[in-house]
Amino acid sequence: MSKRDYSLFGADAKRAVESGLTAAEWYHTEVPRKVMKDLMARSDRPAIRDTIILYGSMILFAGIGIALWPSWWSAPFWLAYGVLYGSASDSRWHECGHGTAFKTPWMNNWVYEIASFMIMRNSATWRWSHARHHSETYLVGRDPEIAVMRPPEVAKLILNFFGIIDVIKFFPNLIQNALSGPTAAEKTFVPQSDWGKVQKVGIICVAIYAVTLIAAISWGSILPLMVIGLPRMYGAWHHVMTGLLQHGGLADNVIDHRLNSRTVYMNPISRFIYWNMNYHVEHHMFPMVPYHALPRLHEVIKDDLPPPNRSIGEAFAEMWPAIKRQVLNEDYFIRRDLPPTAKPYREDFHQYVPGMMHPGDAE
Amino acid sequence: MPWIDACSTDDIDEEDLIRWDHGAQTFAIYHSPEGEFFATAGLCSHENVHLCDGLVMGHLIECPKHNGQFDYRTGEAMRAPVCVNLKVFPVKVEAGRVFVEVA
Repeated sequence: MSKRDYSLFGADAKRAVESGLTAAEWYHTEVPRKVMKDLMARSDRPAIRDTIILYGSMILFAGIGIALWPSWWSAPFWLAYGVLYGSASDSRWHECGHGTAFKTPWMNNWVYEIASFMIMRNSATWRWSHARHHSETYLVGRDPEIAVMRPPEVAKLILNFFGIIDVIKFFPNLIQNALSGPTAAEKTFVPQSDWGKVQKVGIICVAIYAVTLIAAISWGSILPLMVIGLPRMYGAWHHVMTGLLQHGGLADNVIDHRLNSRTVYMNPISRFIYWNMNYHVEHHMFPMVPYHALPRLHEVIKDDLPPPNRSIGEAFAEMWPAIKRQVLNEDYFIRRDLPPTAKPYREDFHQYVPGMMHPGDAE
Repeated sequence: MPWIDACSTDDIDEEDLIRWDHGAQTFAIYHSPEGEFFATAGLCSHENVHLCDGLVMGHLIECPKHNGQFDYRTGEAMRAPVCVNLKVFPVKVEAGRVFVEVA
């Protein structure tokens, strides 16, 4: 059994480069150019509609929560506000970071900055880490956004449903960003031209949190923190739930997103919160397709993909036992069968990679 | 530098691009909304992805991998994660053919 080294400076990072894995061309389904152009077309309308609904709902729920505070009758409104703040911000950060949500660049940038603040990510740093996540998805030592490292630390995964690990990591990092710019690890993927921006964003975020904290202390109430900061914890569960499903239990060190990403059919509310990122194989294969076109893209390429999970529950039933098995055997992963209409997995692409084994071999 | 016959003007839809390989080099040739033609290096300056699968929006080409954008008329990098400008090549159209001056 292999032992993975997730450090961006570690042995697996070096091996991924030396083996040619980082330079390899990823598999993608063939889609006629005219169809793809249509799918990639940008539009402001769906994202403006969704953003009005999102921010309008947040103002409404927070307003009722404040009005009913400190009664327990305010709790449901805080829970609703929290999910929009602590989970929908993840998908807005993501889509606007790609620049695909809106057609108009400043709209993408504004929603990206607001969402980055809410989800507690330095907007100048994470733009680059996500670029790496797309170049080198789940390549050990190269992808800085691996949510489930092997062997999985199940307690930490569970704590993160309440944002605990993320928040504990975020604030020391933020303060370091504010004081001296990006950390040594961040400097491996953030170009030097943006180091000043990382520090500027850090200073602005520290200032906002400081003002919120001072308000809470001076008023003798946690209410300001219920509006800013804490919803990243009490509302995180949905984005963690959907985020784990993106790649959890699947292969690492492969160059075919059908092996390391998961598409899951979800209910309309989750799809609104998640902005259709449940079509995750599709998104990774064609990141320039906007969220609102992903269902159409799915229809175009689904015959070349493993069958999607039919619900969040079904996907968890597939993923969670795999994660538990990886605790004892970190080489274990789920390998989904392809339909007869699909092009087969290129096994030769994946045989030389350190740590890569078939599920049966790992038993 | 030689002018090389790259393609027909009809080979590229308006507001689109094609990949064109010549020798050991790969290029992207663009047809702008105004009917003009342009040529740049074919690979994104960020991570060597072929731009031919990207999206042309007006005078911008968006890389299909990370959504970085360039102005294909000047090669200027316009949107992160691209930072390095694309090399551009002179283009002329004669008798319905697109010629690229290859460096």
